Amino acid sequence: MNVKIVILAIGAVAGVPVILMAYIMFGERLIGKIKGKKRQAKIRPWFWLSPAFILLIVFLIYPVINTIILSFENASSTKFVGLKNYIFIFTNHSTLIALKNNLLWLVFVTLVTVTLGLLIAVLTDRIKYESVAKAFIFLPMAISAVAAGVIWKFMYEFRPKGTEQIGTVNAVLSGVIPNFAPKAWLFNPPVNTFALMIVYVWMWTGFCMIILSAGLKGIPDSLLEAARIDGANEWKIFWRIIIPTMASTIIVVATTMVINVLKIFDIVYVMTNGTLGTEVIANRMYKEMFNFRNFGRASAIAVILLVAIIPVMLVNIKRFGQKRS
Amino acid sequence: MKSLGTRNNVLVKIVSKGPLNILILFICAAWLIPSLGLFVSSFRPAHLILSTGWWRAFKTPFTFTLENYKKVLTAAGMGRSFMNSLIITIPATVMPILIAAFAAYAFAWMKFPGRDLLFLLVVGLLVVPIQMTLIPVLTLFNKLHLTGTFAGIWIAHTGYGLPFAVYLLRNFIGELPEEMFESAHLDGASHYTIFLHLVLPTSIPALSSLAIFQFMWVWNDLLVALIYLGGNPAVSPMPLTISNLVNSYGAGWEYLTSAAFISMMLPIVIFFSLQKYFVRGILAGSVKG
Repeated sequence: MNVKIVILAIGAVAGVPVILMAYIMFGERLIGKIKGKKRQAKIRPWFWLSPAFILLIVFLIYPVINTIILSFENASSTKFVGLKNYIFIFTNHSTLIALKNNLLWLVFVTLVTVTLGLLIAVLTDRIKYESVAKAFIFLPMAISAVAAGVIWKFMYEFRPKGTEQIGTVNAVLSGVIPNFAPKAWLFNPPVNTFALMIVYVWMWTGFCMIILSAGLKGIPDSLLEAARIDGANEWKIFWRIIIPTMASTIIVVATTMVINVLKIFDIVYVMTNGTLGTEVIANRMYKEMFNFRNFGRASAIAVILLVAIIPVMLVNIKRFGQKRS
Repeated sequence: MKSLGTRNNVLVKIVSKGPLNILILFICAAWLIPSLGLFVSSFRPAHLILSTGWWRAFKTPFTFTLENYKKVLTAAGMGRSFMNSLIITIPATVMPILIAAFAAYAFAWMKFPGRDLLFLLVVGLLVVPIQMTLIPVLTLFNKLHLTGTFAGIWIAHTGYGLPFAVYLLRNFIGELPEEMFESAHLDGASHYTIFLHLVLPTSIPALSSLAIFQFMWVWNDLLVALIYLGGNPAVSPMPLTISNLVNSYGAGWEYLTSAAFISMMLPIVIFFSLQKYFVRGILAGSVKG
């Protein structure tokens, strides 16, 4: 059994590139047999594009259309039910909590990661050990959300007052604040949702910092020097020069974060599984899909996610069009 | 006198930058401590993890153990999961990159009707939430008996990784010098030769960034594995196994800490050794869906 799997894996690693290259080689030969350069040039692009587009159609384009259709059907996708699934989502108590939490995530996490990322980028720009400091902040990007969930569950670990705290958060707070009563951070809403959001902030601030830091390096030194000679202090330089020149980078980072945060799933799944008032829509969708086997409602939730992302997508496409022209 | 002056300057600089340095060190510590706590705890005996804070491990007598790792690799199935993660991740990294490179080459250097529109479609697909695809793809997989198989998850990750890969590679390949292609065509080189001997070698920086990105993404993925692999432990990658451990062990910290660290090792090594490419990938396409 084990040997079989290893052979399969080696076969896939070595075989897939060989098959794909062979596809191109033989395909090019076939195209070469077609008479007329013009005809060849007409067929060739489709031949190079088709592996990618077949996969895009199977895994993205067809499913998106299908999910939209399913969202107007009943649990087992056998009957058209109109807007019933959507009405349920916007009236049911627990889905409303999930929607409200997602909104909270969206605002809080985007705001904090972008602000912190900008702050750290500006601060580390002034020190010698910049790259080391940035690497520490950036490191959580390499860690899976599941591992991050374990790390922070351990950080938030709670012991009743009087016993020794093994969770770092309660231990530090007990040490700093006199008479501090240790808290079960993942237990009481709304504190637990904020506790989860901090994990996400810990993971993604480095991402914002990297992009914003690159934007910061793009500001010409002469501009900053001129401002300093004119007597502007650092505070003024930050608000009058750094922020305006970096506005477009900040928007890119913020929109990317909005897209990421909207889909938040893993951290909540691992740390609380959406219980105790921490549910978000992606978790709710998973439950509708697997626990309740309601494909109609699950699809409707996914469509709501997509609709929320569409404005961001349009901004992306527009920005892309500007860059090309 | 001069040297005294510069020394004073250095001193002034350090003093004036004191608060800044303290602030930065504080932020770095705050970011590092969570991982450090996990790392230290994973080497402590279970009863000590549960009774005293991990920071006490630095006090004598030192009591460190490898017992947690032994247990979690065998009894909890993390050894098997580590293998599964490798088996899933490597093909799921190679496949999308090569397929995307074909498409990127066509987008960048071939003329055909609807080219810009199709590429815009790819840019649009970048942000489509994976949740939009789960039910139809799962239904399809069930019909084709691909659920719970490595082959299924390979092509799923390939499909999901393609928009970003095509986007990034098309931008890079499109920037390659036109003269290079013209002279190759004049020499009578076929598209196959140009792709293999010109495009791929000159695109190595972009391909490396993309490879790291896709590797990290698949290695750390929970959702795709959770949906398409179901509850089959024989094929579970590490994030799936760990999330099951969290559910079944609750506060079995000796398992959880060591399991989490095992899953973090490889990405952290890659991160530190290839940070440059990772950062470049992030900067090149900060629109990953």
